[in-house]
Amino acid sequence: MTTLELTADEAAIAGGAQGEAARLAMRIVTRYGAVTGAPRLIPISGAHIDACMYHGQASLDFVDRLLELGGKVAVPTTLNVGTLDLLHPELSRIDEDQRDRGRRVMYGYARLGARPTWTCAPYQEAERPGFGEDVAWAESNAIVFANSVLGARTDRYGDFLDICAAIVARVPYAGLHVEENRRATVCFDASDLPDEILAGDLAYALLGFVIGTRSGSAIPALAGVAPGQSEDRIKALGAAAASSGGVALVHVVGTTPEAPSLEAATQGQAPRWTHELTLSDLRAARQTLNTAAGSEPQAISVGTPHFSLAEFGQLASAVKDAGADFTLPFYVNTSRYVLSQADDRGWVEPLRSAGATIVVDTCTYVTPILGPDIRVVMTNSAKWAYYAPANLGIGAMIADLDSCVASAVAGRAIEAEGGLFP
Amino acid sequence: VTMRSGLTVAPGAAEGELLALGESISLWGAVDRVTGRITAPTHPQHGQSITGRVLVMTSGRGSSSSSSVLAEMIRSGAAPAAIVMEQTDGILALGAIVADELYATQMPIVVVSPADRAALAAAARARIVARESRATITLVTAAGGLRPGA
Repeated sequence: MTTLELTADEAAIAGGAQGEAARLAMRIVTRYGAVTGAPRLIPISGAHIDACMYHGQASLDFVDRLLELGGKVAVPTTLNVGTLDLLHPELSRIDEDQRDRGRRVMYGYARLGARPTWTCAPYQEAERPGFGEDVAWAESNAIVFANSVLGARTDRYGDFLDICAAIVARVPYAGLHVEENRRATVCFDASDLPDEILAGDLAYALLGFVIGTRSGSAIPALAGVAPGQSEDRIKALGAAAASSGGVALVHVVGTTPEAPSLEAATQGQAPRWTHELTLSDLRAARQTLNTAAGSEPQAISVGTPHFSLAEFGQLASAVKDAGADFTLPFYVNTSRYVLSQADDRGWVEPLRSAGATIVVDTCTYVTPILGPDIRVVMTNSAKWAYYAPANLGIGAMIADLDSCVASAVAGRAIEAEGGLFP
Repeated sequence: VTMRSGLTVAPGAAEGELLALGESISLWGAVDRVTGRITAPTHPQHGQSITGRVLVMTSGRGSSSSSSVLAEMIRSGAAPAAIVMEQTDGILALGAIVADELYATQMPIVVVSPADRAALAAAARARIVARESRATITLVTAAGGLRPGA
């Protein structure tokens, strides 16, 4: 293992000068740093904690240990989703013991000083990191969004490192904190895809799935899509790529800040390979994600990652245009902050009266919220469609938001105009 | 019996039957942390258990929560005996580091060359001894077990 050089201040923290929790956190940060080959630590301006979901006794033991030792975060810190919607705990079909454990982990991290945001989309909160800022973000979609869309710098951190970095306000100088490691090494070219496909939102979720599957943990660039794509499209693309692969940064040429051109994204070097994307790539991705192909949906779930304010606006107008209530259960996952903003705009009440259930603090693919008899779900999220079959034993079908609304109203799978393709 | 060497990502000593994955896996969202079984329906080894096996895969993928899942599986005894990879995966490393810190239980993670990974995939059992920086992997190509002290 490489030797990590600590400054005098860092060595003091490692020796217990800031208490026992900081000593433990520094030991974990430095052990992790040795694995990454980092020569030193660097300061961070914020953290996002994924460890606040209950994954068994170890989740509780770790947060309890930090609390017993007097831990406190030293930088502004947000929290990822937890096991249950704390405002509507009755939504989760788990027993009281599991609820209690979920709650204890969620509140435990809040007691360490993190803001109780409980969202997988901390980039939709009021404050978010700026270009070039070093942060310690965990949760795969948050990582890829921070690096790609914000141009902030975080490595692909796992649970535990997130909170330890927040306590000592430092991370190892390695991975995506290092400028030259951020260059795209593989390239995807969407130039041959039909414009009408790239004009729809669904294409971006499917592109992400293809890119993740083919990239593994390499850094991809996507060229050949129109410049200035919305944050929501890159959110869907990144979340899919971080699920089907280990993608932590994707450069979208003409959209993301480190990719004004393909040459900028690759830092002037030739990519290892370029894949010309075809319609059959997207069809194959859709086929893989459509684990319930041929069935009819019994519920709809949107908002994975958490629904943004713009998506609420889009949904509110689709529901208004439909002019009818949902006949299928319709779940929207979001954060408390975005929900309150959407509510201020008058978008939430019409959704609820059409029959939507709005879930905060957690997500329908990580915990049993959908009714026990629901076996087939339509979603606009490649991430949801990817994980739900294994997590919940549910089959998925993927379609765009307009198709989700039309299907929820009709009670069967409807292809909204332009929403789907063969 | 053949020996290979690798780089230690997480220290420890273990022995077990090999399970070479046809596709890398995210421990969260694709494995049942209680039974150790692979739950991802599209995975080529769907239904097999990783518990007690020397798990061989190319790289990590997917969820940050795999650190938590690995730490919990090490605590409960449902973890693999060891993990051997071609590329260092920080998310899995964290699970092993935290289990070591919380429970003083070690599960070695070792990085090897692509050629050595392929050799492992063809063997039946392996013993891993991962010290501070270097790891030794003892392979058994036929079923029959290791000689004592091999």
